[in-house]
Amino acid sequence: MLDTPQGGLWVAFKATLKRDVTLMFRRRGELLNPLVFFALVVTLFPIGISPDPAVLSLIAPGLLWVAALLAALLSLDSLFRTDYDDGSLEQLLLTPQPLAVLGLAKVAAHWLFTGLPLAIVAPLLGIMLALPAGSYAVLSLSLAIGSASLSLIGAIGAALTVGIARGGVLLSLLILPLYIPVLIFGVGAVQAAINGDGIAAHLAMLGALLAASLLLAPWAIAASLRISING
Amino acid sequence: MWTFIHKWGSPKWFYAMSARVQPWCWAVSLLLIATGTVWGLAFAPTEVNQGQGDSFRIIYVHVPAAFLAQSVFVSMAAASLVFMVWKIKVADMAATVMAPFGAVMTFVALFSGAVWGVPTWGTWWMWDARLTSMLILLFLFLGVIALRGAFASRDSGSKAASVLAMVGVINIPIIKYSVDWWFTLHQPATFTLTSRPAMPTEMWLPLLVMVLGFYGFFIALTLMRTRNEILRREMNKRWVIDLIREAR
Amino acid sequence: MSLCLQARQLACERDGRWLFEGLDLDIRSGEIVRIEGPNGSGKTTLLKLLAGQLGDYHGELYWNGERLAKVREHFLANLLYLGHSPGVKAGLTPLENLAWYQALNGDKGDEEQRLRALLHVGLGGFEDVLAGQLSAGQQRRVALARLTLTRRALWVLDEPFTAIDRQGVDALEKQLAAHAQTGGSVLLTTHHALAVSPAVRSVQLG
Repeated sequence: MLDTPQGGLWVAFKATLKRDVTLMFRRRGELLNPLVFFALVVTLFPIGISPDPAVLSLIAPGLLWVAALLAALLSLDSLFRTDYDDGSLEQLLLTPQPLAVLGLAKVAAHWLFTGLPLAIVAPLLGIMLALPAGSYAVLSLSLAIGSASLSLIGAIGAALTVGIARGGVLLSLLILPLYIPVLIFGVGAVQAAINGDGIAAHLAMLGALLAASLLLAPWAIAASLRISING
Repeated sequence: MWTFIHKWGSPKWFYAMSARVQPWCWAVSLLLIATGTVWGLAFAPTEVNQGQGDSFRIIYVHVPAAFLAQSVFVSMAAASLVFMVWKIKVADMAATVMAPFGAVMTFVALFSGAVWGVPTWGTWWMWDARLTSMLILLFLFLGVIALRGAFASRDSGSKAASVLAMVGVINIPIIKYSVDWWFTLHQPATFTLTSRPAMPTEMWLPLLVMVLGFYGFFIALTLMRTRNEILRREMNKRWVIDLIREAR
Repeated sequence: MSLCLQARQLACERDGRWLFEGLDLDIRSGEIVRIEGPNGSGKTTLLKLLAGQLGDYHGELYWNGERLAKVREHFLANLLYLGHSPGVKAGLTPLENLAWYQALNGDKGDEEQRLRALLHVGLGGFEDVLAGQLSAGQQRRVALARLTLTRRALWVLDEPFTAIDRQGVDALEKQLAAHAQTGGSVLLTTHHALAVSPAVRSVQLG
């Protein structure tokens, strides 16, 4: 009556991705929260600094990137928390499939529903901040690539703090320093587009960061989840 | 090699052996620091090329502290790796005590950098590439310390902090590189701590002595605090109880 | 009776305290083994450990005579673990929950099979209701439907009778007995007095 494991890694990956997408889709209201947060933070700055378009266009690239980064961070805490609370994380750990790959499926779902929408909405807020013409596409593109790295790196922090009752603030403390390279090259790309310099180098660096995160983060996520579940 | 690791991995053996090594570490490091301090402050020539005068003597604290801050993070990550791979608890105890020390050294480097900023830049803080990297390093240290403390179970906290230390050590060069890149794009200062003309020998020799002294201090202090940590964690073990009884 | 899971000189230390030490345990096929002990004696930890979840332990675990670390995948493919929390997603229907469980093991399964499993645990008619709208007992039953859905040699169940009504308890007891009779093994903790044949073997902790 003993079964030998049948591969099926792809089946498990797809099912986990589909499950998370379904769950997020059923809580559409919550999905809007990071976007609203993004818009709100952006609104604070003209009020706090100056409504002068000349001033705003100067700080717009960095401001949009920082606000998007914080919005992505906001939704990270719940990445593994519901699974932890209802016990399905335990089941995820007990499959014959490598946990790193299944964790990747969850991160992919997170990016699809936070990073990607943020990247799409960003140009709209760019208009409001008088972001100079010619940099809108680069803003979206850099955010799309960069936020994938943010989701991957952030998931490590989410996995490390999922067992801690109020881990949200701690999560930001752990993860924000690690976000700095992504921020630098993301803003750099937009800035370069505004100045008319080549954007290739910045985007290549963002791509390199994403590749490195894709390669390394899943293992750290898996190790962290095992620690959080079992100590 | 294997037996060597395992011997040092036994808390009892480590406690006994480190007792012999520790006094030497203290003696050498304090001697070096005393020599370096007197040499650097009293005998090293005054800086003239950049017109910094005597204020340059801050490097005798700033540079060793900055070196040490990074080395402590790397040592902490290495100890964490040893702990995670070979389950050697002494390594985790060492990593535990290294984190606060590293944070303090990072703070010393930042503070001395800020003080140095007053005569050089005319301001307490400048977003200089090196200072910025140092500030991020401080946040990384604080994160590791906070994560370890956040767990109800000490074992879980140790493992989580170890993973974070290893993730951090992979990121440090990336952060450093990207901050340098960012800085060259913005370049606000006329001169920086990074690009200095070559120092004459009579200036950098005392600096070398100080750097070695600081490293010795790190080793001695880590040994001492790891010994304390051993006693605290193993206080219910037979050998510690016997040890305390003998001491009385 | 063939050997299933074997523990030799098992010991577990947490934060400098030994939860249990020198534990020898043999679980053969066709056996129901119950772990007993007062609260805090490490029952749940032991179950997690025997389910291959904990990395930190002293001693050795064997699965079908081979070291568990070496045959981990094979072991996990034959293990069904039910923890304290049922592991049922509130935002998914019972059918979707079961589909995910199956897929996690690389098995696409089919709808017919899942419906039958839900029917078996008395959830007929609830298959398309979001699990969040079900009662605690019903959610527990969704998790228990996995017992029928997949064929696993070893069941590790942590307090499986929690929140279940009398009929559910009877059905589950019958199912445990049937599993043992067809050569499966069950390892469980429970405060509930089990009325099952074959007789339950008890292991005392603490």
